Amino acid sequence: MRTFSYVRADDVDAALRAITDEPNAKFLGGGTNLVDLMREDIERPDTVVDITRLPLAEVEELPDGGVRIGALLRNSHLAAHPVIRSRYPMVAQAVLSGASGQLRNMATVGGNLMQRTRCLYFYDDAAACNKREPGSGCAAIGGFSRSHAVLGASASCAATHPSDLCVALAALDAIVELRSSRGTRRVPLVDFHRMPGDTPEIETVLADDELITAVELPPPPSGVSRYRKVRDRASYAFALVSVAAALDVQDGVVSSIRLALGGVGTKPWRAYQAERALLGAPATEESFRAAARAELADAVSLPHNEFKIRLAESTIVAVLRGMS
Amino acid sequence: MTAIGQAFDRVDGAIKTTGAAKFSADQTYPGLAHAALTHASTARGRITEIDTTDATRVPGVLAVITHHNAPKMKMPSVGLMPPVFGTTVVCLNTDEVHWDGQPVAVVVAETQEAARAAAARVRVSCSPLPSAVDFSTAEAKPQKNSMLQAGSARKGDALAALESAPVAVDREFTTPPHNHNAIEPHTTTAVWDGDRLTVHEPTQNIGGVRRTLSAAFGVPIDKIRVVSEHVGGGFGGKGLVWPGTILAVLAARVTGRPVRLVLTREGVYRTVGGRTPSVQRVAIGADREGRMTSLVHTSVTRVGRTGGGPEGVTIQSSHLYDARNILLRQNIAEVDLLANTFMRAPGEAIGTFALESTVDELAHELHMDPIDLRMRNEPTRDPIGDKPFTRRNLRAAYELGAKEFGWEQRTPQPRSMRDGQWLIGWGVATAFHPPVHLVANASLRFSTDGTALLRCGFHEMGMGAATAQAQITADALGIPFEAVRVEHGDSSLPAGPMAGGSNQTGSVAAAVHTLAPKLRRALGGEISVEALARKRKPYVEVSIGADSPLGRATGQARLMSKFLRDRRKGVRAVTGAQFCEVRVDADTGEIRVSRWVGAFDCGTVINPKTAASQLRGGIVLGIGAALSEETLVDPRTGRIMNPSLAEYHLPVHADVPEIDVHWLDEPDPTMPAGLLGVGEVGVTGAAAAVANAVFHATGKRVRDLPITLDKVV
Ligand SMILES: Cc1cc2nc3c(=O)[nH]c(=O)nc-3n(C[C@H](O)[C@H](O)[C@H](O)COP(=O)(O)OP(=O)(O)OC[C@H]3O[C@@H](n4cnc5c(N)ncnc54)[C@H](O)[C@@H]3O)c2cc1C
Ligand code: SF4
Repeated sequence: MRTFSYVRADDVDAALRAITDEPNAKFLGGGTNLVDLMREDIERPDTVVDITRLPLAEVEELPDGGVRIGALLRNSHLAAHPVIRSRYPMVAQAVLSGASGQLRNMATVGGNLMQRTRCLYFYDDAAACNKREPGSGCAAIGGFSRSHAVLGASASCAATHPSDLCVALAALDAIVELRSSRGTRRVPLVDFHRMPGDTPEIETVLADDELITAVELPPPPSGVSRYRKVRDRASYAFALVSVAAALDVQDGVVSSIRLALGGVGTKPWRAYQAERALLGAPATEESFRAAARAELADAVSLPHNEFKIRLAESTIVAVLRGMS
Repeated sequence: MTAIGQAFDRVDGAIKTTGAAKFSADQTYPGLAHAALTHASTARGRITEIDTTDATRVPGVLAVITHHNAPKMKMPSVGLMPPVFGTTVVCLNTDEVHWDGQPVAVVVAETQEAARAAAARVRVSCSPLPSAVDFSTAEAKPQKNSMLQAGSARKGDALAALESAPVAVDREFTTPPHNHNAIEPHTTTAVWDGDRLTVHEPTQNIGGVRRTLSAAFGVPIDKIRVVSEHVGGGFGGKGLVWPGTILAVLAARVTGRPVRLVLTREGVYRTVGGRTPSVQRVAIGADREGRMTSLVHTSVTRVGRTGGGPEGVTIQSSHLYDARNILLRQNIAEVDLLANTFMRAPGEAIGTFALESTVDELAHELHMDPIDLRMRNEPTRDPIGDKPFTRRNLRAAYELGAKEFGWEQRTPQPRSMRDGQWLIGWGVATAFHPPVHLVANASLRFSTDGTALLRCGFHEMGMGAATAQAQITADALGIPFEAVRVEHGDSSLPAGPMAGGSNQTGSVAAAVHTLAPKLRRALGGEISVEALARKRKPYVEVSIGADSPLGRATGQARLMSKFLRDRRKGVRAVTGAQFCEVRVDADTGEIRVSRWVGAFDCGTVINPKTAASQLRGGIVLGIGAALSEETLVDPRTGRIMNPSLAEYHLPVHADVPEIDVHWLDEPDPTMPAGLLGVGEVGVTGAAAAVANAVFHATGKRVRDLPITLDKVV
């Protein structure tokens, strides 16, 4: 770790001032990702702006039936919140499937959105990595690629976005609220993370001086919902494949469907193609499989992650079968 | 009532749970400085430049030591028994890099943070030298037979018998490298006082640390004190001396300050060896009744070009089945990677995976129950060499285990047992481990307050070693358990054995059993306060072995001869039966172990509580090996890519079911108190039991560990 200065902001304006005024500054949420990466010498901020005191840790019910989640709410509190548990169980399930109790007690909602990939070569500063060191190459190609993406990868980078929460948020049409000294804007979560393209180092649309202040969820979709995570051990491992789904079936026909995937995409992956295939289709195993295949038709694998294409298909089918 | 056999709480239990126990990294000294390592990130190469400018500028840095300014050191001679150091490379005395991760600089600073920050700022340039780092393509050569381990063994003509066998299975298996992950990373606190040296170090080999440091720094052994009262887990990873220890002592010498070096988790991966990967072939030929006519087991494992030893992967195969013809052969590939080292049941842990999977395959071919097949081939004498077993009642262990597990409810057909979404599989495999028996120096004292004090520099890695010795001593003297105190883990005590090969409890017990009658004689025939009062002394003490050059040489000779004598006499081993149930998700292939029963024929159990923990701990390691553990060594660079507990998948709590362990509790007639070491046997057979259960659940035979879900869907 390098030496850095530490500033604590007590309100949003102070945080925005600090991020603008201090050169090469970063917000500090729970620190579970940022501090790790600083220890590894991968993140090297000169100033760390502690935002954990900002009054942004509430869950507010909105008049339209949705909720507004403060960006500084801890992951544990989010998962335990009665409104979230009863109306958005998928969100609680996703959060609880991630990391460990200790980490979730620290981690914030904003930080969870911004967490960086777990690609082994990204974490190792002896390796070539376009995301860490633009233009240096990608050691994962030809290396260990078990955790990597089969959807959305480019020749420069195939790293997955590791968040569980974001997969549920993608399925639920969440909106991310961003603030800077220039004002406030609202970005759908599905547009918040970027595809790697030629610039895998640019991961989100967040500007350097912007703060995530909240995540808003519209009213929950009709029907049942579920988050299912498949991983290498029973707990404390990132997803190989995860599925966030909300399904409503009327008279044997899919009347509403939301589907998002984790572990397979370079960003939290909303499965629009599968949704299109399913809407209005009979709620049968054949339809589920056809929809999964439609989504995965463009999947491209590396030597160690080919299994994810089959696994994603069977997990989607299993989840939808279990809900219908 | 005797103390042996009772489930006493560990004598170190209270201080460990309250945090009062002092581990090596808890030792403080006035003026303590901290060290950190810089690692090379080339496989083999020559350092062309090492730039310490930025590192030196970090506030608080006291010294940056590299091969340019490090004093000369020397390794002790190779071939000592037991072995003492992990690698022959004298780090910082050479510009050559032999493995990715080799320490090339040590930084000393006022704080650990400053030391680590500065170590990250040492810039190393290397010009690469030709290297071989890919085990899968490395050239393998036959292992030579040595006094310690046979590289090959044969009985009859196994290959011809295999050809002509009515039923035969011939399979190849692979197991990946594994790393050590003791909860306490390797730590050294080194303090020089003139040419006297005190080192606090968690080790399984106090004598080895002393000998290595004596050679490295040219100081007589008697001037070096190694203190290792509590070790936070060893598993073999603390059996040899690794570079960090030597470099911490070097840092203290160079700076004239007490120095502590705590390896980072990554540092453990880069500088402490792990378990070798293996490629194994097991072929078994049998007649239609399942009598084995041929057993072939060959292996390839790797060693580092600068250290590491052959792994006895085929050892169990010369003892487990009464095959008419047997061929065993071990091969070694040399690579430019960090030396391999011991890890809980080196050899048998992975050897039983291949052997016991193949036996299960044969049972399937023969439509025979896998336990029946094993019992049809259960030998009465050792199959190779025809020596007697000192004891063997594997049959009874299987009966006990099968009853506890409910084995007769199993339907043999794969995929025939199901619980909703879960495919259920039941698997079984034999556990086998031959504990070695070494020698220990010790002293035993009886005092006027009626207490006894056993002093022996053995190693307490948290397994209850001191508790077991207090129980053994209490019975040997006929006094209560509470009246015995045990001092251990210090080179100023009479030298204990290295803690390895499951020898320690038995070796120290043998010393206690020699000392107890001696003490009784010294007290005039009876151990009592009254007898001592007649002597008019505050205590009477007796001892064996001497800590002098002559004493050490005699000890070394005693050790070698005992080791060899023991082996000639017969085969002494713990055997057992491992039963497990797995559940495999029919859609995703996720595998969860849901039930475990282990039944062991392991001699007298000194303490049921600590013995059960040892067996369970071994089984947990076996579950890890079966399902998730794997060190990812990049075959392009030789670099370990998952040096962390997040990415190296040990089993977590949720992966471990309740583990039910049983034993026969029949003494081994050749061992003190009839005991056999149980530190390692738990891991053996465990991975095979899981693999066999996965086959039973899914119909898929996975021969490459770990059995991740992609291999079964
Ligand atoms: C061992 C381990 C296992 C894990 N397993 C999982 C898992 O299985 N599933 C999973 O989903 N996650 C997992 N995680 C990741 C964990 O969820 C994230 O580390 C956590 O959510 C990050 O939140 P934080 O508040 O600690 O972020 P920080 O570390 O504080 O910050 C992360 C990044 O976000 C930025 N940031 C933080 N808050 C804001 C804000 N309000 N506005 C703008 N930028 C902001 C910071 O500047 C920084 O760049 C794991 C982490 C670890 C260490
Ligand atoms: S996949 Fe992406 S993150 Fe990983 S090494 Fe390649 S560029 Fe870096």
